[in-house]
Amino acid sequence: MATKTIRVDTLTRVEGEGALELDIADGAVAGVRLAIFEPPRFFEALLRGRAGAEAPDITARICGICPVAYQMSAVHAIEHAWGITLDARLRALRRLLYCGEWIESHTLHIVMLHAPDFLGFPDAISMAAAHGEVVRRGLALKKAGNALLRLLGGREIHPVNVRVGGFYRVPTRAELAPLATVMAEARLDAIALTRFVAGFPFPDFARDYEFVAMRHPTEYPMNEGRVVSSRGLDIAVAEYETAFAERHVAHSTALQSGLRGGGSYLVGPLARFNLNYDRLDASVQALAAEFGVAPGCTNPFRSIIVRALEVVYACEEAERLIADYDPPPAPAVAVVPRAGTGTACTEAPRGILYHRYDLNAEGSILAARIVPPTSQNQSTIEDDLRIIATRDLALPENVLRDHCEQAIRNHDPCISCSTHFLRLTVRRQ
Amino acid sequence: MTRAALVIGLGNADRGDDAVGLHIARRLAARGLPGVTVAEAGGDTLGLLERWTGAADVVLVDAAGPAGQPGRIHRLDPSLGPLPRDLALGSTHAFGLAEAVELARTLGLLPRRMAIYAVEAGGFDPGAALSPAVAAAAADATALIVAELREGLADA
Repeated sequence: MATKTIRVDTLTRVEGEGALELDIADGAVAGVRLAIFEPPRFFEALLRGRAGAEAPDITARICGICPVAYQMSAVHAIEHAWGITLDARLRALRRLLYCGEWIESHTLHIVMLHAPDFLGFPDAISMAAAHGEVVRRGLALKKAGNALLRLLGGREIHPVNVRVGGFYRVPTRAELAPLATVMAEARLDAIALTRFVAGFPFPDFARDYEFVAMRHPTEYPMNEGRVVSSRGLDIAVAEYETAFAERHVAHSTALQSGLRGGGSYLVGPLARFNLNYDRLDASVQALAAEFGVAPGCTNPFRSIIVRALEVVYACEEAERLIADYDPPPAPAVAVVPRAGTGTACTEAPRGILYHRYDLNAEGSILAARIVPPTSQNQSTIEDDLRIIATRDLALPENVLRDHCEQAIRNHDPCISCSTHFLRLTVRRQ
Repeated sequence: MTRAALVIGLGNADRGDDAVGLHIARRLAARGLPGVTVAEAGGDTLGLLERWTGAADVVLVDAAGPAGQPGRIHRLDPSLGPLPRDLALGSTHAFGLAEAVELARTLGLLPRRMAIYAVEAGGFDPGAALSPAVAAAAADATALIVAELREGLADA
């Protein structure tokens, strides 16, 4: 049997360390493995015995790009277990903090990691020589997101100001007000960025994904809602583990999540947009129409436009939350630990992030379960790659490799989170 | 006479020799050199472009990847050309120090004068202290940086 191996030893422009292996036997793709070899970090085990109140700060350490997502899922899950309901004003501040992370994380991925693929540049540095204005604007947007994190989170990376029951400190009106101007300017940068990415050449590719996202009665989802899918799933977050299961695969240190009935699914911007288009502002819907994306979009390469639209949305939402800011009477509500189980799911930039904690009467963690978005998308990414590799098998190996890497980046995988670089190996048989 | 300068130590305090940039920054801060601002930075290397905005003289201090001589001190001057990739001024995140400096160069955002001190690491074990060779090098590098700041960074 004729065999061949193509290998990308270190996938670049993704978060964390991983590789891709393609097996080709008799001219057909026989196997695709998104191999994650970043060492497992055993966060779920090290949480056991820690106080529930520590979960937001411990789990924030899972990722330097999306620490707010970890804090939000953790803090909501603990509050769920302890029966704590937040004041609407505290809730609004949590949402504002999340807007900061969406702006920062999405912009980093769009400008620094993904855009070079579409324009044929090896990296953002070479892209900056030809499109300096775009990169400068990207840095300005990232700075705007950072400003929100710094004020509400206490610092930009691994914020430290979120606590069970609220925050340690809330900003004054005077502290928050200047950020309204920052967000208004950021919104214009985000629209310009959307226009830029919408002009990219997009491969003709579509798949019948099962999209999974949060769904809130009135809001574009961030912190809460039900878990819904494009094929009719509609469950409370507490039922998450009845619908989804994680499995171990030999080639990866990250668990892969799938539907219990079998099959893979897709979380992230495209899923959120398709399932929650009606929750977007009319202004963002109008931009989507102008830039050629409509709900029902199944081309993952176009997710870069949706990601940019979500940056526009997050800037608008932040402006609104700042304008409406009414400082809460206290930075946090009273917290009384109790025995029980708490679950939460929030929309990390890359897709839904599920946390569950079992707690004893003293509030110590007995068991923890964390399902990051990249674990949920890993199997879908492998399916995308199988189709793309089959289509492009006759192309030169370096082109095949580039196409595969670009397809992986469509989903902005955070490999650090999922186990917590990517290599491509193709074996031709 | 010390000219106004910004020193940024980079690294992760909990990853063995990766913390050497932070150690050196703290030693420099303790000296209280007039006109010298000392800062520390963690993972957000892109944020450096923002942090050094407005500073004419910038010294960056980081750990270099292990290459057989733990504690070896490299001094790099970005004005002389692209930073060598083999020093592995890397990051497990998407953007390392070398990339941030090269991006700044492309965008015209490099400070007028910049020196990068990189101390070769022995290892990055979680929770480990600085290895003896690297701890010794931290003292030497601090002295070198103090001398350079006193003389003023050379013009590009």
